[in-house]
Amino acid sequence: MSDDSFVARAHRNASFSFGAALVAMLLLAAALSLVWTPYSPAAIDVPHRLLEPSLAHWLGTDSLGHDVVSQLLAGAGVSILVGVIAVGIGLILGVALGLIAASSRGLVEVVIMNLCDFTFAFPALLLAIMLTAVLGAGVVNAIMAIGVANVPIFARLTRAVGHGVLARDYALAARAAGKGPTAIALEHVLPNVAPALIVQATIQFAVAILAEAALSYLGLGAQPPEASWGRMLSDAQQQMFVAPRLAVFPGLAVALAVLGLNLLGDGLRDLLDPRLRARR
Amino acid sequence: MALYLIRRFLLLLATLAFASIVVFGVLEILPGNAAQVMLGASATPETVAALAHKLGLDQGIVMRYATWVGGALHGDLGSSYAYDSPIAALIAERLAVSAPLALLAMAITTVVALAAGVFAAQHRGRTGDVAVMSASQIGLAVPNFWFAILLILLFAVHWRIAPSGGFPGWNAGIGRALGALMLPALSLGLVQAAILTRVTRSALLEVLGEDFIRTARAKGLSSRATLWRHALPNALTPILTIMGLQFANLIAGAIVVENVFTLPGIGRLVFQSIANRDLLVVQDCVMFLVGVVIVVNFFVDIACAAIDPRLRRPMT
Repeated sequence: MSDDSFVARAHRNASFSFGAALVAMLLLAAALSLVWTPYSPAAIDVPHRLLEPSLAHWLGTDSLGHDVVSQLLAGAGVSILVGVIAVGIGLILGVALGLIAASSRGLVEVVIMNLCDFTFAFPALLLAIMLTAVLGAGVVNAIMAIGVANVPIFARLTRAVGHGVLARDYALAARAAGKGPTAIALEHVLPNVAPALIVQATIQFAVAILAEAALSYLGLGAQPPEASWGRMLSDAQQQMFVAPRLAVFPGLAVALAVLGLNLLGDGLRDLLDPRLRARR
Repeated sequence: MALYLIRRFLLLLATLAFASIVVFGVLEILPGNAAQVMLGASATPETVAALAHKLGLDQGIVMRYATWVGGALHGDLGSSYAYDSPIAALIAERLAVSAPLALLAMAITTVVALAAGVFAAQHRGRTGDVAVMSASQIGLAVPNFWFAILLILLFAVHWRIAPSGGFPGWNAGIGRALGALMLPALSLGLVQAAILTRVTRSALLEVLGEDFIRTARAKGLSSRATLWRHALPNALTPILTIMGLQFANLIAGAIVVENVFTLPGIGRLVFQSIANRDLLVVQDCVMFLVGVVIVVNFFVDIACAAIDPRLRRPMT
């Protein structure tokens, strides 16, 4: 049976292994940026602007003389921060609403779920653009907007799985034994929703990184001197005819981070879903 | 079907009403007076009061909402503070760029995704399937605006066979105008196609495993005829539903991509209005775009219900 352990299965799952490796690199880059970057990511060094890649500047410098490697590392930190907080907001509010909807049923459930459906009709990026238009550009407002857009996704998921769990014998037994709806929700529903939530959180993390990059590209997210992959791309576009290489690295960083998270999510879905395991 | 249509239409109205409250409400959370924000901190109280009066901001919140919705229903969206012209006319003018762009991108998405999805499903587990699925995984990860920049690098900077941005206008000739929309539509459409390819493949594989497909094959129908006559029509509901949901992403993506290519569409209008602090234009444009998304999804649901009668039952 040891062959069927989580670790053994994880090793065999190519999607999980490759995704986990990419995500590990992202985390490592973000952690490294907290203690060390080759140069200060915010340091402007105009005499050394638009330098080609060299030993001193591995990926060269941008139009203001920023070291590209340092900016990429710091950008990883911002991306992780945005992902963690935006998914955190979505998870906390969404799971709470989903649990309330699943265990209360009736009018409360109808109201919560209709609100979620309405929010779904709103393109998340449009909501984010509008919020930053009103509250002002900045990474905090971008995070809030992306987080709010995540709420209905987690609420729906929690409610859907929660309904299934509440119909099971052990949930009925718990109710017969006198447990209240809150206790049942926390002790029985939540642990059963967790695998699906973990998978969805991984995917939403990727969505958050993409959204932050888009907002920062538009100038509505991270503001200078804060490093951000999206903003690096908008700066690079100005230099496209002079230094086209500048437009390659930040986009590649976003794509690899999102690819890693998506693959990790796919892999986790395979590994955590017992139905898929039984089919194998 | 008639009952379903009525129910779905009422839901459409409710969704539009809710969306309008949200869009209106977001402007209300603005710290301080909207007129003050538009004019900047240096404006005198008299100018702020004059603009607030002109925009109707000095009225009560319910009155303002009613005026806004009532005006919108008559095609009057108020006037732009920065452009000093009716917002409805501004949106209509920009629509001449945004609507063809969205349609072109959606056409690219549909053609590419259906072809790739059908191909992958037919070659399940083989090299072709793995190649399509890998390509779609990459497509899911690439931000559309980065793909747009890469296309500019390749076609405008390196090969110099396409413009790097801008729009010559429809008066310059359909060929030139469409040429200016080609790269933006490709960057939007190809990235969107990644999701739809996966949905098409999995929907087809599910249908191909059904008993009626086996029956059709057992009766001697060729695999091509089975696919086109039996499998694809039955896989259409999830594909259409995702296409409807994707339209929302397409609209949002167009805002970013229009800015990459400096196309004078609605997305660029939103962005310029944010820069100008022209908040009423932002409000109206967002409401317009959300309205389009909601109405498109309404028609998608109707189409799905027409194809699959089971969907007409009320949801529990």
